[in-house]
Amino acid sequence: MPTSMPLQAYLVLAAVLFAIGLFGVVTRRNTIGILLGIELMLNSVNINLVAFARFAGDTAGLVFTVFTISITVAEVALGLALVILIFRVRRTVVADHLDLLQG
Amino acid sequence: MSLEPIAFGVLSVVLVASALAVVLTKNLFHSVLWLALALTGTAGIFLTLDAEFLAAVQLLLYAGGVVTIAVFAIVVTERLVGDRITQTSRQLTNGFVIAAAVLVGVLSFVLRAPQSGPRPPIAEDLTRAIGESVLTRYVLPFELLALLFLAALLGAIYFARPDD
Repeated sequence: MPTSMPLQAYLVLAAVLFAIGLFGVVTRRNTIGILLGIELMLNSVNINLVAFARFAGDTAGLVFTVFTISITVAEVALGLALVILIFRVRRTVVADHLDLLQG
Repeated sequence: MSLEPIAFGVLSVVLVASALAVVLTKNLFHSVLWLALALTGTAGIFLTLDAEFLAAVQLLLYAGGVVTIAVFAIVVTERLVGDRITQTSRQLTNGFVIAAAVLVGVLSFVLRAPQSGPRPPIAEDLTRAIGESVLTRYVLPFELLALLFLAALLGAIYFARPDD
């Protein structure tokens, strides 16, 4: 057993989480479910940022992780507000039924 | 012998399992709860990387804020619909192929890179370093973030206005 994990271990973990989130975004029908998948993907990116910052000994990565976390929270708040708004107008949150712009 | 590899192994298993549960479980509400577990596990990963401040931010904003907002959205849409929302998935094969292709692409890139050196020792208090850079070198992005929050707040209020 190594005494500390290498950088690659964190990158592999983040890649696996990113792929799982992408799978959720592609396969979910419910708009809220799609947003949860996007959350997973953004979260895995944060792991990458922190791991690189720690191994490079540079605090810039940590600062920008604070920024990405904050921006993600704003994105989720607006995304879910949009979902509720769409629901009030169209009475559905299933992404397949939201095809108003389909020619 | 440090605890870090053991903590990393346990947290990885928890993270991957809860992430799979988020995208596979039928009940949308359970999905959000699994997401809360995944985000908390990520805070643990931050702890193994000596980023205590980010772990706290992760717990407060992500696991606290995002999960609360998502639960609100589910409760509101369920109340409007009148029955519980179960969610089905579609095109599982296509989704699996796309996700696996991305994973293989990223992993082949990561694993071909030369092995990283050991992590450098922590030079100073990381929380103090974050605070200092936010208010000196990165003060402009920090203020832009405040602007973004103001815009998001106004947008959310505008979307959520009562029907005329």
